[in-house]
Amino acid sequence: MPPVLSRSILPLVMLPLLAACAAASTTPPATASAPVAAAGPANAAQAAAHDAHAAHATPAAAHDAHAGHDMSSMPPVSIPAGAMITEADVRFMQHMIAHHAQAVYMTRLADSAGAGARVLTLARKIDLSQAGEIKIMQDWLREYGQHVPDTDSWRGMRMVGMLTEEQLAQLQQAKGVAFDRLFLRLMIQHHEGAITMVADLLKSPRAAQEVDISVLANEIEAAQMAEIGLMWQMLADIP
Amino acid sequence: MRCPPLFPYARTVAASGLVALLAAPALLDAQTYPNANDPRNNLKPGLHDAGEALLHMRLVSTTRKPAELDTIRGLTFTNSDLAFKGTTVYVGNFAGFSIYDVKNPAKPELLSVVPCITSQGDPSIWGNLLFVSAEGAGNRNDCAKGGVTNEQDHMAGVRIYDVSNPRAPRFLKNVQTCKGSHTHTLVPHPTDANIMYVYVSGNQGARPASELAGCKNGPDPADESNSLYRLDVIKVDRRNPQAADVVTGARIFTGLGPAPARGGRARAPRAMSGADSAEMAAYAMTGPRNCHDVTAYPAMGLLAGACASYGLLVDISQPEKPRRLDAVADTMFSLWHTAVFSNDGKKVVFTDEWGGGTSPNCQAVHPLEMGGNTTLVIGADKKFTQHAYFKIPTAQTTRENCVSHNGSLIPVPGRDIMVQGWYQGGVDVIDFTDPDKPFEIAYFDRGPVDPPSDGEPNSRARGTIAGSWGAYWHNGLIYSSEMARGLDILEVLPSEHLSANEIAAAKLVMFDEFNPQSQPRIVWPAAFPVVRSYLDQLVRGQGLPAARTTAIAQAIDAAEKQSGAARKTALTTLAGQVERDAAGAKDAERVRAMAAAMRELANATR
Repeated sequence: MPPVLSRSILPLVMLPLLAACAAASTTPPATASAPVAAAGPANAAQAAAHDAHAAHATPAAAHDAHAGHDMSSMPPVSIPAGAMITEADVRFMQHMIAHHAQAVYMTRLADSAGAGARVLTLARKIDLSQAGEIKIMQDWLREYGQHVPDTDSWRGMRMVGMLTEEQLAQLQQAKGVAFDRLFLRLMIQHHEGAITMVADLLKSPRAAQEVDISVLANEIEAAQMAEIGLMWQMLADIP
Repeated sequence: MRCPPLFPYARTVAASGLVALLAAPALLDAQTYPNANDPRNNLKPGLHDAGEALLHMRLVSTTRKPAELDTIRGLTFTNSDLAFKGTTVYVGNFAGFSIYDVKNPAKPELLSVVPCITSQGDPSIWGNLLFVSAEGAGNRNDCAKGGVTNEQDHMAGVRIYDVSNPRAPRFLKNVQTCKGSHTHTLVPHPTDANIMYVYVSGNQGARPASELAGCKNGPDPADESNSLYRLDVIKVDRRNPQAADVVTGARIFTGLGPAPARGGRARAPRAMSGADSAEMAAYAMTGPRNCHDVTAYPAMGLLAGACASYGLLVDISQPEKPRRLDAVADTMFSLWHTAVFSNDGKKVVFTDEWGGGTSPNCQAVHPLEMGGNTTLVIGADKKFTQHAYFKIPTAQTTRENCVSHNGSLIPVPGRDIMVQGWYQGGVDVIDFTDPDKPFEIAYFDRGPVDPPSDGEPNSRARGTIAGSWGAYWHNGLIYSSEMARGLDILEVLPSEHLSANEIAAAKLVMFDEFNPQSQPRIVWPAAFPVVRSYLDQLVRGQGLPAARTTAIAQAIDAAEKQSGAARKTALTTLAGQVERDAAGAKDAERVRAMAAAMRELANATR
């Protein structure tokens, strides 16, 4: 098991809003039609899609208040009395599903964009890693009787680090080395956002005391922090 | 425009462009992966009635978790690691620990259960002292459920118990550490048998100073007051365990940068223009802040650190001043997790806990290089060289959390063999004698805990996390800590890859205490099974001509039938002949090892 978190971990910089995100257009891109399916034949991600279409229906709600990430598209959270989990735990899981889903979407652009071998390897690793974690988060929410976002939910949400419509369009159009460079820059931004979301979670009172969310949050933090360092170096290696 | 397609993952990794481009070809030849026709595929699901597949193994017993710790919900009551003392087995759990007597391995006796919320509860035993790792945010000083509301109640560090009476363990002390204790490793004092060091691994950030004085976070590895970038070292005097406390921080990470991409160079980063992430970039630009788990090999003065994005080799001949000898990265690995040394200290198997243990990462789409093992060879210069990967060759289901996890050596003379838990991937016995060609010898696997949810996605709220947390050889049998199902005890059976003599020789090796992360040096007693193990290996590998191995086998049989001086003479004579055989033998080293075992046996004959 990866380490379980103390809620005081990572008093990292709380990223102020990334400037790029603040300027985000909130209209879901017209190109985005099909849900991004998690890897694996029988995935609950797709199955959950039916009950989660509201997630991307209200673009006006998408904003950058990463301290709360409160999306009006998400139904209110109700925590059973005596439960170890908190509202912040539930919101973290819901928002991280959307955050991960955008990352998976980004990685699946790499193949047709003619990404270099190293970027392709990294993209596949991120795809497999985060698609698997989406499933875990959906299962967790389902067990606690909470709203379960689907893998399309990212289109109506913009948590910290997520790409703007403009950034996404740039990435969709980039090819070859230009794609590699942009993919790495944007994925660094995206990963930093995820780590900020973990740090925000841990700042919240009594959050992440339930072991499963703690293990998951740390897994996300450890894996993505290492990948950020890797991506910086890959960027430096691109001529 | 349409959405990008799913990646066309190849079933065999070797066929995918990703590997062909990026991995050295030598790393790929080792293994057929995955095996579409493996008997472990598609086993019947169930908690206590799952289908089982065994290869060259026998399940001796399964002992369900005690009622106090028996729920399959999430990780809250999951079994974790094991420690051993004679016929006593200490089973960690996220909600406490239990102690079993396994004198009769077919029917282990529960001696005691200590309920105490302590994620993840990895135990170690030293004399009468039991150490238990505590890390989670919800662990309290008083063990109670319900979580932490007042930070002064928070326990993160190592709990110490007196288990001199295993039926009534007595709590002694909570040693608080800034980052808590995800795992820990015992490192004995080189000369003073009363002193034990506990190396504490904890990959989390430091607690605030308001919660524990002196704790501090920061991205500067050179800052001596920084709680990150160090292993906390607890010193314990068995005459006064109440005084146990952190005595130093092992700063074995200084100078490490982020892991470079395979085939890439570690380079100084450029600032990302316009990003408001300077401090986070500073963190990302350093290497690991801690280890996940470290394996000490005190007899060699070495430690293998599985430290997030790196595998480290550390000199621990002075336990309060460990010194890093080497560090390697492989970015196919997500989380360098644990390590097992070969008995000669010349190889280390590292594991990658990709996905953290809760993800089902042994499906056919999951590459060989991710979430498995890799073997590193330690050169004379104490530097690592990476060799092959190994991953269980099954295609596990979406419902089985699976990745390589904890294991230990099986003490077969002349070979490097380990047993290892792979969560719901089961228990695997692996030969890594040839670092380029690791292979599977035996396995035990159950079907998933959960039934399929295909077509009825909401019938199952959540995948059950289960499987073998760790599988260890101890005094002749394999003990596997099944997270949801309890304690499994297994016996290895002879096969074409492991002879009855080799198993008999392994069973001769007995340890009073065994903590898998503090690896003991294996020394085989003078005995016929040891001699015959080498002979079996020479036959199997054709290391000597068949005519000679047949003659030697007859001579060994004849010597065994004799006794006293006659046996001694026969063995000595045979050893001399075998030494001469070594010249020109295909496997001269093994022939000489056999001769040495014969001489030891002769010398031990009265």
